[in-house]
Amino acid sequence: MAALLQVDNLTIRFPRAEPVRNLSFEINQGETLAIVGESGSGKSLTALALMQLLPRAAQIPNGRIAFGEQDLTKLNARGMRQLRGRDIAMIFQEPMTSLNPVMTIGRQIAEVLKVHEKLSSKAARERAIELLKLVRIPAPEKRVDDYPHQLSGGMRQRVMIAIAVACKPKLLIADEPTTALDVTIQAQVLDLLDTLRRELQMAVVLITHDLGVVAQWADKVVVMYAGRKVEQALPDDLFNDPLHPYTRGLLAASPRLKHDFHYRDGALTEIPGSIVSAVGETGCPFRPRCNQARASCGHHVPQLIVPAADRLVACPFTTSSKAVPHAAALSH
Amino acid sequence: MSTTDIGNFNSLAAGRQAAAEHEVPAPSAATDGPAWSNMKAPDARSQQSAAVVITNGRRALKVFLSNPNALFGTAFLCFVIIVALIAPILYPDDPLSMVGRPFLWPGQNSAFPLGTDSLGRDVLAGILHGSRISLFVGLMATALGLTFGVLVGSTAGYFGGWIDDVLVRLIEIFQTLPSFVLLVVLVAIAQPSATTVTLAIAIISWPTVARLTRAEFRAIREKDYVVAARSLGYGHARIIFREILPNALPPIIVTSSVMVATAILMESALSFMGLGDPNVVSWGSMIGTGRELVRTAWYLTALPGLAIVFTVLALNLIGDGLNDALNPRFSQDR
Repeated sequence: MAALLQVDNLTIRFPRAEPVRNLSFEINQGETLAIVGESGSGKSLTALALMQLLPRAAQIPNGRIAFGEQDLTKLNARGMRQLRGRDIAMIFQEPMTSLNPVMTIGRQIAEVLKVHEKLSSKAARERAIELLKLVRIPAPEKRVDDYPHQLSGGMRQRVMIAIAVACKPKLLIADEPTTALDVTIQAQVLDLLDTLRRELQMAVVLITHDLGVVAQWADKVVVMYAGRKVEQALPDDLFNDPLHPYTRGLLAASPRLKHDFHYRDGALTEIPGSIVSAVGETGCPFRPRCNQARASCGHHVPQLIVPAADRLVACPFTTSSKAVPHAAALSH
Repeated sequence: MSTTDIGNFNSLAAGRQAAAEHEVPAPSAATDGPAWSNMKAPDARSQQSAAVVITNGRRALKVFLSNPNALFGTAFLCFVIIVALIAPILYPDDPLSMVGRPFLWPGQNSAFPLGTDSLGRDVLAGILHGSRISLFVGLMATALGLTFGVLVGSTAGYFGGWIDDVLVRLIEIFQTLPSFVLLVVLVAIAQPSATTVTLAIAIISWPTVARLTRAEFRAIREKDYVVAARSLGYGHARIIFREILPNALPPIIVTSSVMVATAILMESALSFMGLGDPNVVSWGSMIGTGRELVRTAWYLTALPGLAIVFTVLALNLIGDGLNDALNPRFSQDR
């Protein structure tokens, strides 16, 4: 099956920086792809590039974003407008500010249906109530006339999801959908997204920095650092056997999800330094913070190698506990 | 670091796969309602919104009507409008015609309750007929200035770039000229009549609206919900008029009520200087003719002055009330 979305060598350039470089990934129908990385690693810009909503100063000098038959980087504004909201939809990080404060939620949901599906006002309102029911808002017939400020953060994010899935998009981009929510609501919202993904056969690009979210909800994980993909794996493999030193650091820096874990059982390790050190680095962008860095790391950017089936890693010195012979991996 | 620490992540990942295989029936069991019991619990918000089942348009009206200042303003403005409408019935004759003895003080003669001026014209008839011209000029000039100002300001603020540059230069041309001098020049060039005065006031008042609208649009177009609207594939017009403009309205509404008041004042000022339409009576022209007699017959300036003061005050009170009522973020707190 051809991939639903295929990103090849995507580079995003600003006048004075290139926050995303040569990023490639693909996502199949009905799949959840998680993009993980710390702040500043280019996750959100990638999401905006997929929607072609980058800031004015940004350019895409090379790369291809193939969505079905179309290359989104070459599509004109009008064609892109027709795709947005109908075939590709996006959920934003901040549910508190992502809804128009002076329009009822029912009208905001109905609006997208009127634009893309040309529904009448009455039909759109009925669909809006159905959608509110779908995202499990209680008493949707009453809530449909509420303004956003009358809803809690979790409910607003549900409304955002309802708007995003209103036209049954093929691809849903969720940019840190739960970061602004309470922990108790996070799981509910992610469960809802996962249920909808299955019911509507959507592909989901889940952008997050929460490894717990990745472990539970992703089918495939891309780890980004300083605008580059440093590792790609299935979640099982990633958590069992992280290969890139950055991934290892990220996992060691996450609180364990064991029920009896206590901070006295062992301090969380940190990755020394900050992502700023990648600026101007000629070789591996992670070299200044890497505990396994060698002199040769500074010469050139490491290529992605294939250490095992369904895996990619951008570190030549990585050793896997289940390493396959190098030559065999490369012939993959 | 060891990989055993992350075994729990791994178990989560494995658990997800297991869950996907036999689709835990727990959430789907509760098909009759939301899957989470806590979502059913009534909270303060849902009870409040259950109690207030009136539509939001009516709620705004309710907030507006519960504001005594706004009520007073509306009542007074309605009174002025009614007066303007029935003035030709009450005083069918030309208010500029001489009907009695000059310098009758208010109350001196029951035929002229507010007295007569230096030429023996009825002051009450003048004030009643004057409300027609004041309201016409105030409302029409504001409507014109508002329409043009909002169009220019929203275009400049929303699109930015060279469109913004060109439109801002245009606004600045008008801003560098002293507005009242420009108004006087415009009226002096054209024949003074109600229409030309209205147009001239609209021409000098639109830049204020345009600047305000542009500033609001520049702030709001960066908001998350506008980016969200773009991510839904909405066109420019829809984003401008449905997403941004309603959010930019409160300051524009307040400004527009003040603009009506300012337009009335400007018309009065023009008439006071003798640049108004000479064939109709207006509050400003009445003050203008009474000006020389202010020490002996002060009521000739005070009475039309009071009419201006109360009308302008009523418009300002309405503006404040509207601002509170139309903005759901404010009305919620009341």
